[in-house]
Amino acid sequence: MNGAQVVVAAFEREDVDFVFGYPGGACMPIFDALVDASKLKLVLVRHEQGGTHMADGYARATGKPGVVLVTSGPGATNTVTGLLTAQMDSVPLVVVTGQTMTVNLGKDAFQEADVFGVTMPVVKHSYLVKDVNDLPRVMKEAFHLASSGRPGPVLVDIPKDVQTAGCTADFPDEVDMPGYQVQTRCAPDDLQRTADLIMNSKRPLLYVGAGAVISQAGKQVRALAEKLGAPVTTTLLGKGAFPETHELSVGMLGMHGTAYANKTVVDCDLIMAIGARWDDRITGKVSAFCPDAVKIHIDIDPAEFGKIIQPDVSLQGDASLVLADLLPLVKSLKTKPWLTQIAKWKQRHPLKYPKRGGLRAQHILDELDRLTESRGVIATDVGQHQMWAAQFCKSCRERQWLSSGGAGTMGYGLPAALGAQFGCPDDLVIAVVGDGGFQMTQFELATAAIHKLPVKILVINNSYLGMVRQWQQLFFDNRESGVGMEGNPDFVKLAEAYGIKSFRIRRAGDITRVLKKALDYNAGPVLIDAVVVKADNVFPMIPSGAPVSDMLIEEPPPTTKLEKPVGST
Amino acid sequence: MEEQFTISIFVNNKPGVLVRIAQTFARRGYNVASLVVSAAHDPQFSRMTIVVQGSPADFDQILRQLNKLVDVVHASHHESSDSVDREMALFKVEVSAERRSEVFQVVEVFRAKTVDITERSLIIETTGNSSKIDALERLLGTMGLVEMIRTGKLIMARGAAET
Repeated sequence: MNGAQVVVAAFEREDVDFVFGYPGGACMPIFDALVDASKLKLVLVRHEQGGTHMADGYARATGKPGVVLVTSGPGATNTVTGLLTAQMDSVPLVVVTGQTMTVNLGKDAFQEADVFGVTMPVVKHSYLVKDVNDLPRVMKEAFHLASSGRPGPVLVDIPKDVQTAGCTADFPDEVDMPGYQVQTRCAPDDLQRTADLIMNSKRPLLYVGAGAVISQAGKQVRALAEKLGAPVTTTLLGKGAFPETHELSVGMLGMHGTAYANKTVVDCDLIMAIGARWDDRITGKVSAFCPDAVKIHIDIDPAEFGKIIQPDVSLQGDASLVLADLLPLVKSLKTKPWLTQIAKWKQRHPLKYPKRGGLRAQHILDELDRLTESRGVIATDVGQHQMWAAQFCKSCRERQWLSSGGAGTMGYGLPAALGAQFGCPDDLVIAVVGDGGFQMTQFELATAAIHKLPVKILVINNSYLGMVRQWQQLFFDNRESGVGMEGNPDFVKLAEAYGIKSFRIRRAGDITRVLKKALDYNAGPVLIDAVVVKADNVFPMIPSGAPVSDMLIEEPPPTTKLEKPVGST
Repeated sequence: MEEQFTISIFVNNKPGVLVRIAQTFARRGYNVASLVVSAAHDPQFSRMTIVVQGSPADFDQILRQLNKLVDVVHASHHESSDSVDREMALFKVEVSAERRSEVFQVVEVFRAKTVDITERSLIIETTGNSSKIDALERLLGTMGLVEMIRTGKLIMARGAAET
């Protein structure tokens, strides 16, 4: 076997079914070896960034590592945004990059980039393989690292001469990495201490993040919430770890979370983070965040303990196992007054939007949620449409919500949806994108068309970079700067140019009819250009860096002068 | 207020490890005051002693981030009470033949060594803990010190404890 065949053999041993790739000189031996691989399919993407997000969407939807194969130099550097996106959101990826010949390393050879160096801060781990006999071990370690513990992207850079050299080493049976140990269960003493604190709580709150999704802890979260009678809030990336249709759900918390979730946060006496990391979108001003509440933190990554918030107890382990061990130690709490209070907030401050005065994104997303009975796997881009989708498209199970949270990567939505559809061919996959982000990776329409993926692409088109415009309106005296998207193409015609079926919604009265038609079309991708009101704002909103209690539930009167946010972004 | 911390790190002996560790400090605004790297007793591993300067509030987080690196087997913080620490330094002093004896006196009190001598200069070698070397530097500073280089701190945990 040569090095290239080792790479492909490693893919097959790891049950990889799709490789998202783009060829070039320095990875040609691996592309050649793929010709003989019968068990896996090469998906030729249109850009390496698109390919990396596609692998990411595949990974988030299936739980299996996504695999990317690209060439050296620009091919490899085009994956950097995708690596950051995956690193920030703990998504398992294995990215294989071709590299110039070993003898040419560091000599500015054609298409040479120090990819090992360039990517180091945005990967969980990385390798530059200079000896072909290291390759079987490295590939095994790469898949193990990507998918175990706190998952993340792993990059393997392979010079072309290593790909063609004969390999005599075998794949090891076990990985041997003394610096990498994953603790999945925590100490019984800490569990008992946690149980005692919970039993003393009158107003508990479970705050559930992406870690619970990754751990498939939905069942245990639900069991704990129902046993205690505790409300549950999910983060943007925790959506689906607890059904948002459940009566104990208060929906999403944080900057654009529901008013009742944020009020629950402010008033709780105990908050238990389950695979969530007290992100700045959640805490706002950290020193004012639940100052008097008991804080419990479950995470598989001990570096998260005390990074933002110092917990009263930290439980290091896999969320589903930790919760399973905790469950027998707790009993039902008397939370009726607490739940009654929350029900009042829900009634008083529901998510809402005007149904008159033009077509609104919220109305379309609300109707989409109703028509699909919250079954859709939703991939979003980044911006206002993302927040509206998070508010109005309910998630009921893990791996149903794919969105770039930590990195906030525009251009993520379309390729992620395609990756999810590759991985879950029987699921209803919907890309909800804005007109700005969509144009960052719209070239992947070709990939969707070629593979006849029945993805529904909903473009929320306000001809604006809406979230930035909203901030300019609220905090910069409405001085618009660099937010108008004049020059947008006709998205219906654009889709048609790729041979993709497309529709347009202009009026609220057309929403149901057009959505139904698009949902019924499964012969290939379908695009809906939803031309919504230009200037709409996402509320509720906690201004960046402000305490959660400073939440604006509704749009303030136009004359209101808001302080510039103290938070960085 | 910034403080100094001494960290010992036991790592895989592989290319790129030092860069990952350096990035962990740089990203959080820590300055590396000294750095010593050498192969460990088992050549598959290396030992590093790093003295860094930065905000105490971030230190625990940095230690956790170091331990998170796949190539780091363990990283730990050491105080002078639980470890032996040594540093070596070379000093070049420009001094005329008539005034050499003053310098030799200092060398003797500090149990340092003269390792090079010319008509106009001396090189002095010393080993000891950092405060001894600081003191010698201060004294030689009044006697024609023109160059100094220090190896940076080496530490080893006392007794049976692992460094």
